[in-house]
Amino acid sequence: MKYIDGFRQADAARALGQRIAAGFTAPRRDREVAIMEVCGSHTMAIARYGIRDVLPAGVRLISGPGCPVCVTPPGYIDAAVELADRGLTIVTFGDMLHVPGSQTTLAECRSRGGRVEVGYSPSVALDLARRHADREVVFLGIGFETTLAPVIAVVDRAAREHIGNFSVLTAFKLVPPALAALRADPEVRVDAFLCPAHVSAIIGADAYRPFAGPGGVPCVIAGFEPLDILLGLEGILRQLADGRADVDNQYRRVVTAQGNRRAQELIARLLEPVDAPWRGLGLIPQSGMALRQRYAAYDAARRHGIVVTEGRSHRECRCGDVIKGKQFPADCPLFGKACTPDSAIGPCMVSSEGVCAAHYKYAGIGEASS
Amino acid sequence: MCLAMPMQLIRLTDDGSGIADLDGIHYTVDLSLIEDPAVGDYIIVHAGFGIEKLNREEADERLQLFARLAAGDVVGTSKR
Amino acid sequence: MTTEAIQLAHGGGGRLTREFVEREILTRFGDGPLEGLPDGARLPRPAGAMVFTTDSFVVQPLEFPGGNIGDLAVYGTVNDLAVCGARPRWLSLALIIEEGMPLDRLRRLLDAIRTAANACGVVVATGDTKVVARGQCDGLYVNTAGIGDAIPGFELSPNHLREGDIVLVSGPLADHGMAVLAAREGLAVGHALVSDTAPVHRLVEAMAPRAAAVRWMRDPTRGGAAATLNELVDGRSFDVRLREQDLPFSPGAQAVADLLGIDPLHVASEGRLIAVCAPEAGEAILHAWRARPEGRSAADIGTIAATADGRGGRVILETVTGGRRLVDVPRGELLPRIC
Repeated sequence: MKYIDGFRQADAARALGQRIAAGFTAPRRDREVAIMEVCGSHTMAIARYGIRDVLPAGVRLISGPGCPVCVTPPGYIDAAVELADRGLTIVTFGDMLHVPGSQTTLAECRSRGGRVEVGYSPSVALDLARRHADREVVFLGIGFETTLAPVIAVVDRAAREHIGNFSVLTAFKLVPPALAALRADPEVRVDAFLCPAHVSAIIGADAYRPFAGPGGVPCVIAGFEPLDILLGLEGILRQLADGRADVDNQYRRVVTAQGNRRAQELIARLLEPVDAPWRGLGLIPQSGMALRQRYAAYDAARRHGIVVTEGRSHRECRCGDVIKGKQFPADCPLFGKACTPDSAIGPCMVSSEGVCAAHYKYAGIGEASS
Repeated sequence: MCLAMPMQLIRLTDDGSGIADLDGIHYTVDLSLIEDPAVGDYIIVHAGFGIEKLNREEADERLQLFARLAAGDVVGTSKR
Repeated sequence: MTTEAIQLAHGGGGRLTREFVEREILTRFGDGPLEGLPDGARLPRPAGAMVFTTDSFVVQPLEFPGGNIGDLAVYGTVNDLAVCGARPRWLSLALIIEEGMPLDRLRRLLDAIRTAANACGVVVATGDTKVVARGQCDGLYVNTAGIGDAIPGFELSPNHLREGDIVLVSGPLADHGMAVLAAREGLAVGHALVSDTAPVHRLVEAMAPRAAAVRWMRDPTRGGAAATLNELVDGRSFDVRLREQDLPFSPGAQAVADLLGIDPLHVASEGRLIAVCAPEAGEAILHAWRARPEGRSAADIGTIAATADGRGGRVILETVTGGRRLVDVPRGELLPRIC
């Protein structure tokens, strides 16, 4: 594994961990350094590699809203289930299968006979539509910019080939508006952002400039391998120690300053920004993307006359606060009791990269609550 | 939110796709988001699509840094 | 080559059944207790204890890189006997066939069963065939039950765990489950990834001289090493501590794991052994395993630790960074993810 193993190398990881600990001075008074890792894949990787264990006391990692499953309102699942109940074929990423809607999940819908298929790529859905012209196929288009680009490339292909039985139920979200909302929220205290690897490959490192600079915070882009993450965190701590707030691209092997122009052009051609509801964060202006009118035939909501509402979450579910970094999973009254990976109440526990799932699975060994 | 792996392109097909390899596992990858893909390129693959090329110089440089770390060299500040 | 397929009448007990059994079953398994087709097999009683097990096989697809449901059905039961410290001797073979199953394919699978049984030195002593209507089973379901002779010296139980015991694995984990998953997801694996479907009873035989030092063993099938090891310490005052650097995975399995976002510790092997033994016996056992082709890559992967706070029953992984994480009991379904 040429460009993977080297980024997981144990001796280097331990040396880096020690270097971070040696170089870190706890900040003034009892104030911890709060670093928000924005991306769900970072949440997963940090938990999977036990990176919190390696960091010095005084550094706190908060998980942000970068889990597209977690920030999708239950109403989206309701809409998908309704379409399946109408006899349509739903194709979804595996991540969505057990997410609770207001009443049920897609997995339950499937066990009742609903046509719900799991696919690792939106191309799978288009293939299905091609092979079964008699079936209406809907792909569940959730995700941030990284996933948005492939899904929209498939819509583009469907349009060019005039496929008549394929559409996407869109719930695309954008990262920079979410960061802006977090920065504007007085209850959220974040000293730095650990920025996503592959979203950044699409949008480019320059997309984080509005959050750095005077009055801003360090924004370090890092890959998902453990060495990438450690180096990224070290970069953040150095900036904070130096009093800097710069955009620092520590994933140069993939991320460029401008990002993937081709993907950006495709996105701009087919999609337009819209206001979008984020579970826990509320409505964030221009933070979602919808298909432009001329692609309405590929927009499942318009094509099948379905409205995606907010839906209903469990009264005591704290996923919203957890996503904002205001609470640790252990602070939620349901965590580990009524809400576990096997009987999840909120998406933070269901999603494979949800912060609660990560804590439940991977922590419990010296993990502290806030 | 973006599980993606570097894979090497071993073949290009007419329809804008290619076959990518990771340790002998072959994946059909849609290359419509990649500018001028070529056999031998390393591509970051997400959801069956190439989303960006791997910059091998940057990757190799980073690997060398880690090799030095592993060997116990006191390496200077991380590259800005 | 034939285009014949199994019909409902093949399971009806009449002429077609008789022909099917004579042509397909007796020709392959007719030397031994099945000769003459008695309703039950009369077997010699072993000198010591007898071990008895059963398992059903419903794998999809029926044929996957490196094996098929036939191999699995034999090795799975042989391995269940082996991990109980027994020498496998006899198998029963029950087939539930879907109407319309091509005869060619069925013959291939039956040949695989015969080859596997011969390779293990076990005899198919009795069996049954049923045919169900189209759509009522996925092509073929197989059940095998097995009888083995207990090998003297093995006293296996999680109650025998002690602080400092070591955890050994006979080879790379997760190849089977990853091969099957890759086949289902349309990933072309070629020779890079094949199922590890194989019998482990010879590895157990090789351990026999050190049987007294072996606390417990299992083949990590459904749910992978995670399920197996969690089961070992569940409710006990011990933790399993695994070392990520020492866990053996083939590059192909690791690649599929990374591409689909699946934890390879949750994925089945069908030809591997995990054993917990006293630390002083570790070297000898590894040496004996590595002398066999199927144990070439055997490794020491962790230890058993008594828990200080009395809170045990966990499987903890020390990762490449030096940090730790919990290896949980897997949920049950392997779902490819993008996040």
